[in-house]
Amino acid sequence: MGEHLPILQVILPLIAAPVCLLIRHAVLCWLIATLVSWVCLAIAILLLLQALEGGAIRYQLGSWVAPWGIEYVVDRLNGFILVIVAAIGAVVTPYALRSVAEELPERQIGLFYVMYLLCLSGLLGITITGDAFNVFVFLEISSLSSYALISMGRHRKALHAAYQYLVMGTIGATFFLIGVGLLYLMTGTLNMADLAEQLKPLAGSRIVLAAFGFIVVGMGLKLAVFPLHLWLPNAYAHAPSAVSVFLAGTATKVSLYVVLRFIFTVFGFEFSFVGQPFGPALLVLAIAGIVVCSLVAIYQDNVKRLLAWSSVAQIGYMLLGLSFATALGLQAGLLHIFNHALMKAGLFLAMGCVVLRLGSCRIEAIAGVGRSMPWTMTGFLLCGLSLIGVPLTAGFVSKWYLVLAALEKGWWPVAALIVLTSLLAVVYIWKVVEAAWFRDPPGTAGRIGEAPLVMLVPLWIVVAANLWFGFETSGSVDVAKAAALALMGAVE
Amino acid sequence: MWETFLGLYNYWIVILLMMAGFYIVMSRHNLVKKLIGLNIFQSAVFLFYISVGKVKGATAPIVEPGISSYSNPLPHVLILTAIVVGVATVSLGLALVVRLKEAYGTIEEDEINEMDAAD
Amino acid sequence: MIEHVVLRVIAKLLAPFIVLFALYVQFHGDFGPGGGFQAGVIFASAFILFALIYGVENARQIAPPAVAQAGIGLGVLLYAGTGVAGMLLGGRYLDYSVLAHDAGHGQHYGILIIEFGVGVTVAAVMITVFFTFAGRRGVLEAREDTGVPHDGDDER
Repeated sequence: MGEHLPILQVILPLIAAPVCLLIRHAVLCWLIATLVSWVCLAIAILLLLQALEGGAIRYQLGSWVAPWGIEYVVDRLNGFILVIVAAIGAVVTPYALRSVAEELPERQIGLFYVMYLLCLSGLLGITITGDAFNVFVFLEISSLSSYALISMGRHRKALHAAYQYLVMGTIGATFFLIGVGLLYLMTGTLNMADLAEQLKPLAGSRIVLAAFGFIVVGMGLKLAVFPLHLWLPNAYAHAPSAVSVFLAGTATKVSLYVVLRFIFTVFGFEFSFVGQPFGPALLVLAIAGIVVCSLVAIYQDNVKRLLAWSSVAQIGYMLLGLSFATALGLQAGLLHIFNHALMKAGLFLAMGCVVLRLGSCRIEAIAGVGRSMPWTMTGFLLCGLSLIGVPLTAGFVSKWYLVLAALEKGWWPVAALIVLTSLLAVVYIWKVVEAAWFRDPPGTAGRIGEAPLVMLVPLWIVVAANLWFGFETSGSVDVAKAAALALMGAVE
Repeated sequence: MWETFLGLYNYWIVILLMMAGFYIVMSRHNLVKKLIGLNIFQSAVFLFYISVGKVKGATAPIVEPGISSYSNPLPHVLILTAIVVGVATVSLGLALVVRLKEAYGTIEEDEINEMDAAD
Repeated sequence: MIEHVVLRVIAKLLAPFIVLFALYVQFHGDFGPGGGFQAGVIFASAFILFALIYGVENARQIAPPAVAQAGIGLGVLLYAGTGVAGMLLGGRYLDYSVLAHDAGHGQHYGILIIEFGVGVTVAAVMITVFFTFAGRRGVLEAREDTGVPHDGDDER
């Protein structure tokens, strides 16, 4: 069975989805989804361990040899991303039981898990595949299911958010498709490793440059790079809570992985960073994104929307690490992918608990909620500290490496900016904490209890992970370093 | 000059369709028209793939005795997948439009934005 | 449109031939142009034609929504199951060569089965999409009659 792990990673949720569609029973579907998510996490961890030890694992679908057949490849980088996606999935499903039952009408719950499983399968598929067109197919599987998931939000704004995401996401995916088409036109191959070989003599070609542009901009739309982020705040704010957690922890990270895979493995470091001013362009966008979106986040009065804007700003930090074009910067960016998944998942998990009890997560509605839901809001506070980058939390580690990478390049203004913008995070996290702990609850509100245990346990697992990976940094840092070196090494 | 210009006619058609679709998506406020634009935009890409798979002087890729050169079938297969994705996207988009119409009573984006802002 | 006698008769005559043509495209797909996607759409178009002429309610009795929705799942399972069968018989996922005594026949069977899975799913999806949209009309009109266009859901 061991040799089949790469394909099982993708087809387990893919097979579970139609099974859930046939069953439709809410609790049974939940049970299947939870089991599948946990098995997926186990597979992802096994794959990562194998990849760390023995190098890339390759799996040929239908035994058709690459570059003709579709090949799944697990190396250090995507093994790392697989674990992130699967871990968030494994945390979200137990949590979804109560959260979804509360927020969705009974008849939609079975379908919710169908969509969730498809989305999980799509995201894992994008990460694991070594075939450029296969990325598009899985991208659309995950995107279409996430549009449907977002539209299940209770307020009618969720529909509009899903529609906007659908239009933007489809344009992004189609741009990606054009880029892949241009590459196929030039090389006659779709296998990423083979593409990299075939593209080497074509470095000066304008068509390859156009393909690069289409792929980066297309994935930039899905990734919510600063000027292309307009779909994200509404989508995360109005989606059901469990969906916000899942997408905030996974979707943009996987898109960033695709960008990394293409610029490093397919196009190569030389083409991307030396032949054109890609690094400086990314630097400008990243800094603009961090500053503008952090400022916008401060002025939000819906906490989920605030967190969504903060997500766009945090994507800026990841791109900042990438824009340094050094191994250390890349390592910091990868580390931030992992840490941001942890902290943002924790924050959205806490807000899901609040929504369950209060039916709202507006700033004025959560006044005084810290007293009635101390565990939830303590979890929120700890994840918030991690988001700010306080020492002994996961967020600190990635910010530390980002600053180190900036100083290594001699860009001390950028390093100063990283520290200064963390203060903006202090402001918006404080805004929520202040309302939750230091304001009196509205007089009309009745007594509300703490969130149920099935939701608190996932939240505190994530909180504990935030603290653990801030304290015991060697594990995550080493994996990120190995992945970064593998990416940089692949170009030599 | 004209030879190369006309010789690349498939690309000109693709570019024209693509830009027309893209323009509709960006400029129209009617949700259904936006989706139509999106569909035209996608179709342009389908045409692009299919036209680059054509080999001059070759026939359709069906094995027949006496024929030695075939067009490249791989882009066709890829685009079959992409067409299915396109159908799924448009039907999901239209389903959302139906639900939006039920929820807001309109399919004009600016009116929906106004109502969203008022909430 | 049930009052137009020409449409009614033609639709009734045409529907079985459309279904037959769908089956031809489906199962002739490994010798000539064809395959599951096209066949599924053609198959569904017979039902859509019937629904257009005889009304959605009558069409629903021929193809109940529950059956169509089950078809979506079953088709995908057939496809994925063939892949898993290849895995269990000692090959890799979607390796058809191990499905029969020799590789050539295995490939043949494998493609036939998965294309059938594709056909079932596509036909079921098309029918479901059409019925879902068609069935929604009543909801809209009912709301417009009462003059309550909006959902008054509270802000979450």
